[in-house]
Amino acid sequence: MAELTMAQALNRALGDALAEDDRVLILGEDVGKLGGVFRITDGLQDRFGTSRVFDTPLAESAIAGVSVGLSQAGWKPVCEMQFEAFSYPALDEVISHIAKYRYRSKGTTQVPMVMRIPYGGGIGAAEHHSESPETYYAHTAGLKVVVPSTPLDAYTLLRRAIDDPDPVIFFEPKSRYWSKEPGEPQMEGPGIGEARVAREGSHATLIAWGAMVTRCLEAAAAAGEDGVEVEVLDLRSLVPLDLHALATSVQKTGRAVVVHEAPMTAGFGAEVVSRIVEDSFDHLEAPPLRVTGYDTPYPPATLEEHYLPSVDRILLALEKVLTH
Amino acid sequence: MTDDTVRILNPDGGVDPQARQALDLKDEDLLELYRSMVLTRNVDLECTALQRQGELAVYPPAIGQEAAQVGSAFALGDQDMVYPSYREVGVAIVRGLDIVEYMHFHRGTWHGGVDDPVDRQFGMISVPVGSQTLHATGHAMGTKLDGKDVVTITYFGDGATSQGDVHEAMNFAGVFGAPVVFFCQNNQWAISVPLERQTAGEIYRKAEGYGFPGVRVDGNDVLAVYRVTREAVERARNEHQPTLIEAVTYRMGPHSTADDATRYREKADVDRWQELDPIARYRTFLEAEGIADQSFFLEAEADGKELAATVRAGIQGAPPRQVEDLFRWVFADLPPHLARQEEEMLRLAKEEEDG
Repeated sequence: MAELTMAQALNRALGDALAEDDRVLILGEDVGKLGGVFRITDGLQDRFGTSRVFDTPLAESAIAGVSVGLSQAGWKPVCEMQFEAFSYPALDEVISHIAKYRYRSKGTTQVPMVMRIPYGGGIGAAEHHSESPETYYAHTAGLKVVVPSTPLDAYTLLRRAIDDPDPVIFFEPKSRYWSKEPGEPQMEGPGIGEARVAREGSHATLIAWGAMVTRCLEAAAAAGEDGVEVEVLDLRSLVPLDLHALATSVQKTGRAVVVHEAPMTAGFGAEVVSRIVEDSFDHLEAPPLRVTGYDTPYPPATLEEHYLPSVDRILLALEKVLTH
Repeated sequence: MTDDTVRILNPDGGVDPQARQALDLKDEDLLELYRSMVLTRNVDLECTALQRQGELAVYPPAIGQEAAQVGSAFALGDQDMVYPSYREVGVAIVRGLDIVEYMHFHRGTWHGGVDDPVDRQFGMISVPVGSQTLHATGHAMGTKLDGKDVVTITYFGDGATSQGDVHEAMNFAGVFGAPVVFFCQNNQWAISVPLERQTAGEIYRKAEGYGFPGVRVDGNDVLAVYRVTREAVERARNEHQPTLIEAVTYRMGPHSTADDATRYREKADVDRWQELDPIARYRTFLEAEGIADQSFFLEAEADGKELAATVRAGIQGAPPRQVEDLFRWVFADLPPHLARQEEEMLRLAKEEEDG
């Protein structure tokens, strides 16, 4: 069976969306001839022309802001922020307009755009190229926040995001861009707001998204060698959060560890733990724990292995919840 | 104002006959310009009063800027799109918006001012200063892609020219050849900060850096504002070239009803601009040219009073929207976490209602 990398799957999702819906546009920095610094838009300008796939001047607030205007002229913009840390200049447009236009206009004026943001560490990059800012977006009412963890799911979720009437912030885990998965990508399957059980288990639940799903699967495999059956829940979307799947898994296992790359304090893990406590308190055998990046600025690449949740740190947390 | 400021009507109401001749305005248009300014003045004063009486939460007066707003809006075609800031009641009136609906923003009964901005071709009231200019550029890029005969105009103030968004909007417009008009009402003040603390240069000259024309116009001269905007709209429509217009005017009132302008500016300055009042100046012209008689002026004033009364009747005592609306439009479909919160709020609201 043919294998696809996540980068190829995302490229195919964009190409299929452009082909099937002539209102879809792609804009961003270097997305044209170059095909994006990660080649996610590779070849799309050749196929669809410079009107549908175009480079913009180097200004992220404008990329976000003109996407609002483009959508009000009837287009469906899929814009790219080149790296997560370059998305911050666009936050005013995202928070003050993109997230609120539907609400403020009494539902008459949707902003059906997708903002793609390559994010996360583990790729040995220079400063400002490895951060995990998903919480800023998840904290903003009116945005959907989606994070795929596998190539085939990246295809499905991106297609669904482009079809979604609400604005979607689509985080792409950079360190998984070159991961491979066999199979044919398809639009059908679990949608935005539905989590996925990536591995079944009955003793404890690891909850993650993006690249940390793989890290959790590695930890679960290691724990399995010691006879511990760990379930891994891939959230896939932070907003809406699949409260049902979260409660179902945690109530089955009674133990939960949330794993993310972003710093701990006020990170999305805090939200997940709160939901677990609110919905599943009586089923808990141990306090839910978090394994996260530390509350430091993202460190230099040569130190990032100490910063990012490792299999060992996840196993340590599992041991704590299992022996509580 | 220097010599390169476009002016047709002199401050005393006298006129440059050649410039007057060149206007494509019939007498009925000239009268409508006056009438629209009077409507704006009446609604504006009424809304300031409504705020003082507790009917509006806050209101940003447009008094003194009627010529800039009416003259520019009058130059647009029916198919054109407007992205305003928050002080454009005169533009809203010329574009035929429901002013009661618009004032719900200032009463705090709902955000936005326009229920269906795409249908009404009028973006929602935009408070984050300058941010709406990006929407205008994007909209113009979008209509150009469709080959539509639509021009987009966006309004902002002198303070907004300090914002990065305004720079980015103009830069994108130049690069993409977007059919958009950047209409800056330089009213000299950004709350308490005067123009010279916003920019060391001249606003209209910034256009040169983006590769398109910049024009300075006497913003209290409705005919000159109309003319330069008309030219800019035609340039956008026919040549896909943006224009930056700097309309030099004055904010006669406070920044908003929550502001006290006496703390930072001299009365003499305000008095000097009072002499340049755009409505009085234009009335002198209409009288001197024999275009309007006394009955027209009385009629225009009566129309203004009537619209002001309509706004008052519509907004005074308007109840809050139903509490269900708090959650209704966040997403196309209510996600589970919001459904829970809505359920709690509705339960509490009902308990309160039931006592």
